[in-house]
Amino acid sequence: MSGHEYDAVSYWKANLRLIFGSLIVWALVSYGFAILLRPMLYGIPIGGTDLGFWFAQQGSILTFIVLIFHYAWRMNRLDEKFGVHEE
Amino acid sequence: MDQFTINLLFVGGSFALYIGIAIWAKAGSTSDFYVAGGGVHPITNGAAIGADWMSAASFISMAGLIAAGGYANSTFLMGWTGGYVLLAMLLAPYLRKFGKFTVPEFIGDRYYSQNARMVAVICLIVASVTYVIGQMAGAGVAFSRFLEVDSTLGLIIAAVVIFLYAVMGGMKGITYTQVAQYCVLIVAYTIPAVFISIQLTGNPIPGLGLFSTHTESGLPLLTKLNQVITDLGFNEYTADVDNKLNMVLFTLTLMIGTAGLPHVIIRFFTVPKVADARWSGGWALVFIALLYLTAPAVASMARLNLMTTIYPDGTSSAPIEYENRPQWVQEWEVTGLIQFEDKNNDGRIQLYNDAPSFQDEADARGWEGNELVVNRDILVLANPEIANLPGWVIGLIAAGGLAAALSTAAGLLLAISSAISHDLIKGRFNPAITDKGELLAARISMAVAIVVATYLGANPPGFAAQVVALAFGIAAASLFPALMMGIFSKRVNNKGAIAGMLSGLVFTLAYIFVYKGWLFIPGTNNLADIPANWVLGISPLSIGAIGAMVNFAVAFTVSNATEEPPVEIQELVESVRYPRGSGKATDH
Repeated sequence: MSGHEYDAVSYWKANLRLIFGSLIVWALVSYGFAILLRPMLYGIPIGGTDLGFWFAQQGSILTFIVLIFHYAWRMNRLDEKFGVHEE
Repeated sequence: MDQFTINLLFVGGSFALYIGIAIWAKAGSTSDFYVAGGGVHPITNGAAIGADWMSAASFISMAGLIAAGGYANSTFLMGWTGGYVLLAMLLAPYLRKFGKFTVPEFIGDRYYSQNARMVAVICLIVASVTYVIGQMAGAGVAFSRFLEVDSTLGLIIAAVVIFLYAVMGGMKGITYTQVAQYCVLIVAYTIPAVFISIQLTGNPIPGLGLFSTHTESGLPLLTKLNQVITDLGFNEYTADVDNKLNMVLFTLTLMIGTAGLPHVIIRFFTVPKVADARWSGGWALVFIALLYLTAPAVASMARLNLMTTIYPDGTSSAPIEYENRPQWVQEWEVTGLIQFEDKNNDGRIQLYNDAPSFQDEADARGWEGNELVVNRDILVLANPEIANLPGWVIGLIAAGGLAAALSTAAGLLLAISSAISHDLIKGRFNPAITDKGELLAARISMAVAIVVATYLGANPPGFAAQVVALAFGIAAASLFPALMMGIFSKRVNNKGAIAGMLSGLVFTLAYIFVYKGWLFIPGTNNLADIPANWVLGISPLSIGAIGAMVNFAVAFTVSNATEEPPVEIQELVESVRYPRGSGKATDH
């Protein structure tokens, strides 16, 4: 029983780590590159404007998709590793 | 074949399809009605979430907002997609594991309190009803423009169609109809955008065309657009904003609000497994992104097309004569959504920014004020006409706009009816009700909700334009934090959760009402709704994010000052964290 408890704790910690990492990227591309850090990206031109504009209108959305699929893939593997997956 | 017949064929054909699907997917049990029997494939569910989520606001209004605001309105693009990251990681898998039918039911069980459940029911109903009014009104506009019927009659037709498939099929009918509606709306949105992108940049993918070269001038498209509009006194399209705090908070409010809107959350209850709920979030965002990556291209290209229509020989030459205005301007003038007034009596249409900074140039050119007012909501609907696309594309847009409005309305109505039949009737007043009786109650409450929504859509209250702020503010400040803390904290108890929800809600509503009027009654606002009056420059639209923080802070403080939740509740929290043994969604 104690071994099972230990596993459950590690599983949840691994999940929290993964969420935390994903949300850092989530905030960086939207609130960072697209809004607050945009002035720093003025120097990188892309199609008549700058990289920050691209992140605001396309880049952040594309990153969000990658983040969710990455999370789903990693979590579904974690489920199996810790034996908490559904049959 | 004339345009009217084409529109009728497209709209009628799509409606026949939805009703056919509903007959095929009739609900037989409460499980069918609330969660489609719990057997929906993640990709199917993703498409259904896409249609559920993309409303008249996304389909009709969003590109117009971006066209008008440029970079500053990128907030809608990020806010309405970034919420899915929160949903997929912080809520959906655990709520699916919990395995109940409704959002208030989770709050009631987790916080072992009927009062918490009732607070959640009220938040859900207010957020959903305000939202559904906009959908019904949007459907009315689309009907009156494309089918040339009175908008009230149009609305009644729309209500009957929703009634047929939502009341009969419940979530099962809605899910499969929404998949069909997603296909209709995405094709309708994309085809004109592809044509226009090819016309302007030669690139068939609108999202790439946005950053490509404008074929005619040889300049990048956005540079050309900046040039044209600054020539006429407008701000640069790509200009940065000064008030970054407000931009951040508005985006955050939209994201948290998106993750907290019940009609989206309940869609995740329909998939068989927790792993599928995670995939569903990703697929939903893929389907949503197909439209959201195209929308900014539609926005900038339509703005450029509009300007070149009015100034065919360039901004330094005279604008077009009113007599020679294109057919689409004449048609939209009839609806009052385009208005022209020849202020300097020269018979030409001057479209420019009436700002003091442009006064000298306007005087020099003999202009006496901007003469053309274009309602930004018509941009997407008029887009094919502006670009001279064939008649069937216009019919397609009509069917697409209606699909967007109807699919979201149906999802919202289901969330409302399940809150009434499941949380109020079964949960509070008549727990002994049979499955059959509850199904009947669900159908009756759905029917009543449709009648109320139709009435409000035909007679929108004066505050209809403000309600989006209200819906997102409420979802962000009350529901999202309660759901998230319910999963990620074992310490937050019933008192903390209720105090948190109420303080988040009251704080958010008060801030909105101070600027917009108490209960939106005109003249009762304490301060004028202008940036100079906003606390730290935070607009009432952006306050939901702060309301959410208030909710978290109060909930933790109150919980820590009072007793721990009972052991069985802590075990419940423990169990939603691990996918094993979820079974399908039930009410037991």
